[in-house]
Amino acid sequence: MSELRELYQEYVLDHGKNPRNFRFPDGATHEADGYNPLCGDKITVKIEVEGDVIRDVGFQGQGCAISTASASTMTEAVKGKTLAEAKQYFDTFLAMVKGEAEPDLLDEELETLSVFAGVAEFPMRVKCATLAWHTLTAALEGQDEVSTE
Amino acid sequence: MTELATQPSAATSPAVDAERVRRDFPALHQQVHGKPLVYLDSAATALKPQAVIDAVTKVYAEDCANIHRAVHMLSQRATIAYEAARGKVQAFLNAPQKKEVVFVRGCTEGVNLVAQAWARPRLGAGDRILITGLEHHSNIVPWQILCQQTGAELSVVPITDAGEVRLEDVEAKLDERVKLVACSHVSNSLGTVLPVREITERAHAVGAKVLLDGAQAAPHVPVDVQAIGCDFYVFSGHKVYGPTGVGALWGRAELLNEAEPYQGGGDMIRSVTFEKTTYASTPTKFEAGTPNIAGAIGLGAAIDYLEALGRENVARREQELLAYGTEALKTVKGLRLVGTAPEKIGVLSFVMDDAHPHDIGTIVDAEGVAIRTGHHCTQPVMERFGIPATARASLGVYNTEADLDALVKALVKVQEMFS
Repeated sequence: MSELRELYQEYVLDHGKNPRNFRFPDGATHEADGYNPLCGDKITVKIEVEGDVIRDVGFQGQGCAISTASASTMTEAVKGKTLAEAKQYFDTFLAMVKGEAEPDLLDEELETLSVFAGVAEFPMRVKCATLAWHTLTAALEGQDEVSTE
Repeated sequence: MTELATQPSAATSPAVDAERVRRDFPALHQQVHGKPLVYLDSAATALKPQAVIDAVTKVYAEDCANIHRAVHMLSQRATIAYEAARGKVQAFLNAPQKKEVVFVRGCTEGVNLVAQAWARPRLGAGDRILITGLEHHSNIVPWQILCQQTGAELSVVPITDAGEVRLEDVEAKLDERVKLVACSHVSNSLGTVLPVREITERAHAVGAKVLLDGAQAAPHVPVDVQAIGCDFYVFSGHKVYGPTGVGALWGRAELLNEAEPYQGGGDMIRSVTFEKTTYASTPTKFEAGTPNIAGAIGLGAAIDYLEALGRENVARREQELLAYGTEALKTVKGLRLVGTAPEKIGVLSFVMDDAHPHDIGTIVDAEGVAIRTGHHCTQPVMERFGIPATARASLGVYNTEADLDALVKALVKVQEMFS
């Protein structure tokens, strides 16, 4: 049960139930749909980019607590950051949930992301935790949709 | 559906001794996350009794040879066992002739075989394939591919809020344009038993042939293709307690005879020259290459196992469990069953307020309870009910009331965590 508690921390349950930035930015410049064909989860991420800074980001869709909380946390983490910083967060996050790296506590936002470190103990749930991030990356790279097959 | 024992029996089922049955399945006797395994995912794949494991082992340990090809003793033993397994499948379905049984990789390949070998040369623009709204993707996509190839159209019978297929809705879609009706005998995501004999009668009345996907029926109820009257029937070995990678297609001899070969290769020929090749007769025509010999023999052993238990007994026992599980799940706050047809088999699909099926699956797994979560390869069913996914507990002959109690207990933990 301790691994389960690690996965479903209060923070995750809260963001799963009350996701932040669960709306689309008015001035969105980039967007993509993310799709997990294994579970049927769908998400749309829209981003407002100005220069190389993410001014605003939001998402909508349906998913499990892990995927919804991860999307919510992601939007809070990358808002106001540069594209390069967002990319670095994603790389760190991906390595962490795959169990390939300890959460690198560079700053406050990454510390928040570290609540998903418990996902590493549940390999079947890695795609839930990364769907929003893959979708964000696809949007920034100009792809319309991404699928976590 | 009089041939199906779908109502719980008032009597107990002395013929299925749960404790004895459980001893036959080695995979049941392990711990998961420190808890005894409660396996409620038999609709995905059934666990294997020791008799099946032994039969497969014996093939590789003692009778390891190719079939139909050599005169030596090992090949003779393997060939005899493989063909004996075909006979067991024939009896299992009450098929008229053994040569009408084709070994395939599973239900999926069986459906694709009928689509490509029988239907493709016969269908064209203006023709229709009729399926239902509760089909597994394996009984949707092969027909979509066929429609793209031939110009035929796919037509779909809608399902009711309870997950039923009503005969009047079938009739409304049936006319002389329909050349084939392809439908489940039992729904994999909802458990609904379809009125297949009546559907077959209606289809034949307009000249359509009928293929039944028996993946979820064959493990649970006696199947009699002659009583049903259908033209093709497919099922998978691994869902009837047999090995993965093997299944069977039964088809009427005249239809298999008029079908084209499915794949070209060894064993499926009568004679080969560079100018002209003639094909073997059915079923060899459809079994190109070295087949899954051990799988087929293991499937034969699984059929022996089910027949020894008595398929009526198995059906009756599982109905008792389904009734027990249905009532037990109703006690979980915020839980809603999806698929509430009066005629059901072995499947309890559900959703819960506030908890996504994937979270349910992970949390009950931590309690040792194995269920399936997701769309169950039936995305149109999920869309029909306006949900992304369900959690699904499905029953096998080794399950007990205690398994369902463990599920309910684990679901209460889910409810507590997410409420």
